[in-house]
Amino acid sequence: MTPAEIRTIYLEELTRVAPDIDAASVGDHDHLQDDLELDSMDILNIVTALHERTGVNIPEVDYPRIATVALAVDYLAAAMSGA
Amino acid sequence: MPSLGADMEAGTLVEWLVRPGDAVARGDVIAVVETQKGAIEIEVFETGTVHDLTARIGATLPVGTPMAVILAEGEAPQETVPAKPQKEPPVEPPGNPPEQPAAGQPAEPSAEPAPGEPASPRQPPPEPGTPVAVPRMLRASPAARVRARELGVDLATIRGSGPGGAIVLDDVGARRRAAPPAPTLRPALPRTPMDEMRRAIAAAMTRAKQTIPHFYLSHTMDAQPAIDFLAARNADRTPADRILLGALFLRAVSLAASRVQSVNGHYKDGAFHPAKVVNPGVAVALRGGGLVAPALMDGAALSIDETMAGMRDLVSRARAGRLKASEMTEGTITVSALGENGPEAMTGVIFPPQVALVGIGAPQRRPWLVGEEVMPRSTITVTLSADHRASDGRQAARFLTEFETLIQDPESL
Repeated sequence: MTPAEIRTIYLEELTRVAPDIDAASVGDHDHLQDDLELDSMDILNIVTALHERTGVNIPEVDYPRIATVALAVDYLAAAMSGA
Repeated sequence: MPSLGADMEAGTLVEWLVRPGDAVARGDVIAVVETQKGAIEIEVFETGTVHDLTARIGATLPVGTPMAVILAEGEAPQETVPAKPQKEPPVEPPGNPPEQPAAGQPAEPSAEPAPGEPASPRQPPPEPGTPVAVPRMLRASPAARVRARELGVDLATIRGSGPGGAIVLDDVGARRRAAPPAPTLRPALPRTPMDEMRRAIAAAMTRAKQTIPHFYLSHTMDAQPAIDFLAARNADRTPADRILLGALFLRAVSLAASRVQSVNGHYKDGAFHPAKVVNPGVAVALRGGGLVAPALMDGAALSIDETMAGMRDLVSRARAGRLKASEMTEGTITVSALGENGPEAMTGVIFPPQVALVGIGAPQRRPWLVGEEVMPRSTITVTLSADHRASDGRQAARFLTEFETLIQDPESL
């Protein structure tokens, strides 16, 4: 999976959880909780969807590493390549 | 038209899910009504056969207005002359004259006809020129509903791209670009659905503050055992099976409330009526503003996994605008948790006719005495808002003690 594909998946799942967010307006460094105002249930739903689509079983301690688009792309790409 | 909360005056019929001739059983969802708090699924309170659907799609009806005639088994439709309408429903859409139910047993799924609160619908009629018939299941996010109404776009004409075909904000935007401008016959300062929700919240909270003699007890407690328990339990689980701290708290509230009757129930008709089961209402903040507090049915009978699944389901349906009428009216105590990050305490307003609300602050790292040692621990402050007509400080204190005991021993949950 390329970084661009991961990014697309991330934004799709983000806007599924929060349909009022416009994917085009999400910055690479917008924080899910601080900037986009997601709560813990929203985060869990995104993590669940990312797990289903990428196979990465993101543990709770790693939630901060998917808190922005930029962080998540790096983290998921590394996890999927077996790093 | 059932009352879906003490503050509700009227609702707009969006969709019938049954037709004349259909058999219905108590509890079946038969219609969808748009209220100030979004679309709500209406359950029938009778068992029988649908004889006539007297309420028209798009009609805004005061609480208490008959919507359908349902005949019990063996009951024949009465052919008597219908009662003269006392008053024309003032906000029928053009082309849909109001009809009184012919006869038979009026289906009144009303949980509470809100006595003393005259129904006075003030919602504007639908825009002329927009179709009022809604031919299929309408699933739409609250944000999409708000936007569609602002733009005068009929949701029924939009194809949804969200989960299960739900209409999301983007779909409304796309439609807007393609559609011709809607006729503008609305007043200069129309109230949006968000304004309506704020009005509904204000009405309920004003009533609560004016009629309920609130008192408050707060207690700060060590949440570290619960947090550590969940971290260990979630570590080897896939995300779909993980449990949130909020679900643990909800479970603890259900059990504690089942042991302290005087905080669990309704105050109605001048007396407190304890509930036989605990249906904890879960305060859910909606994106874009506003909140609803749908109830998790019989919370004390659910395991922690079931509590989590139920909470997840309630939150997602609250956000998608698909709650049931029973969930809006049968809560027996409300839980409002500030989440895993945020302020340390909240003192909430009781949601009538309930008699207690549990406000749970976000966990805070604090120096804390464990035995004789000062240690860094995550603590929570739990505040019980209680109704003096139903309980006193002693019962409220017992509730907080029960809650604390439960979360100190999370395996017991």
